[in-house]
Amino acid sequence: MSSVRVLVGTAKGGFILTADGKRENWQVEGPFFGGWEIYHMKGSPVDPNRIYASQASAWFGQVIHRSDDGGQNWETMNNEFLYEGEAGTHQWYDGTPHPWEFNRVWHLEPSLTEVDTLFAGVEDAALFRSTDGGGSWQELPGLRGHGTGPNWQPGAGGLCLHTILLDPSNPQRMFIAISAAGAFRTDDGGKSWQPINRGLQSNYIPDPEAEVGHCVHRIAMHPSRPDVLYMQKHWDVLRTDDAGDNWYEISGNLPSDFGFVVDVHAHEPETVYVLPIKSDSEHYPPEGKLRVYRSRSGGNEWEALTHGLPQKDCYVNVLRDAMAVDQLDSCGIYFGTTGGQVYASADAGDHWTPIVRDLPRVLSVEVQTLP
Amino acid sequence: MIRVVIPHHLRNLAGTGAEINLEVPPPVTLQAVLDALEARYPVVKGTIRDHATQKRRPFLRFFACQEDWSHEALDVPLPDPVAEGLEPLYIIGAIAGG
Repeated sequence: MSSVRVLVGTAKGGFILTADGKRENWQVEGPFFGGWEIYHMKGSPVDPNRIYASQASAWFGQVIHRSDDGGQNWETMNNEFLYEGEAGTHQWYDGTPHPWEFNRVWHLEPSLTEVDTLFAGVEDAALFRSTDGGGSWQELPGLRGHGTGPNWQPGAGGLCLHTILLDPSNPQRMFIAISAAGAFRTDDGGKSWQPINRGLQSNYIPDPEAEVGHCVHRIAMHPSRPDVLYMQKHWDVLRTDDAGDNWYEISGNLPSDFGFVVDVHAHEPETVYVLPIKSDSEHYPPEGKLRVYRSRSGGNEWEALTHGLPQKDCYVNVLRDAMAVDQLDSCGIYFGTTGGQVYASADAGDHWTPIVRDLPRVLSVEVQTLP
Repeated sequence: MIRVVIPHHLRNLAGTGAEINLEVPPPVTLQAVLDALEARYPVVKGTIRDHATQKRRPFLRFFACQEDWSHEALDVPLPDPVAEGLEPLYIIGAIAGG
């Protein structure tokens, strides 16, 4: 029988939650790396027992760990992320030039085909690749160097590259997103990049339709249709049908189109999930009701999913990397909150139950579906 | 032998106890001690000094013989009691955070 393994990164350590395919009885292991901020943990699609973890600390900087046995044992990997060539400057919050400085790894994305290859999205925004399982890292400098880099500005969480999407039909194509620069695409394996932000409207920047400067919070893809992407922006939920060349808004009847997460059902490419947050000034659910919204039409028409979720006095946030889906026949949806709850739905969002309620602030959630 | 006391998280990372004994040839400077520490425990590279700048991370301090050595040049010899192994060099994490 299939099983699932949920990898949870929190502000005080990593946790691994496991259950069989029914997803009713859960085992909780952890904390791993107690006391460290675990920005992200993710397993390799090639070898699910290969798991990578990114730890960051204001005291000790960045550390990377790797497990080859599903998280039971961990090996410290290389943590040297050096920008290629002259690091240069991006814009600081006040618009002045600021030197590029490595701070932390926000997101680790293992290759779909090579067990020892993975990508790291870092702050200050850049993309790194390892081809030896985390033993060494090389920047893909074409991203920062394509021309708009000096105009990128940090969002409140820093100038972070937080999303990496690999096109399963085209190994040369990859999408990334940066707060607050926007979305970018490569069609040559990471050598060259172009901004893909046409159609985004951001009223908090001088030119709302600028080529870069948009605070993209998250983008998501269904592997069967890699030209269709969904985006949760600072404000607005958007969609593209042409691999980012043009975006259009699909916020529709959402109670707020501000939020952080967006994800796609494992078997229904037009079924999309978001979790509305009240506003950029008030990072909690509207009306104190924790509601996932689902669209079965690729956007615009959204239904609130509330069964099992608190519908009063709930003021948590759900951060951008803290929602994931499993691959089981009845698709499971998972998300973690800044209040330390990890919620799961084994029926595509119709019913929710908390797996755990009292973890530290959840930074990321990933799911592995195991045979 | 030079004695070095490292903080909790680095002990876990390196798989050591609180105090580490290192062979450091004279002159015993901060640079020489940190180099020896990183050579023996490569997993702590980048956690005390930034990889790119080699500067001490701002939330860490170096204390020796009841004095703060955090802002001393890295090539200044440490006090004799440290060089003679009578007193440890302390690498201390700031008391901060939630």
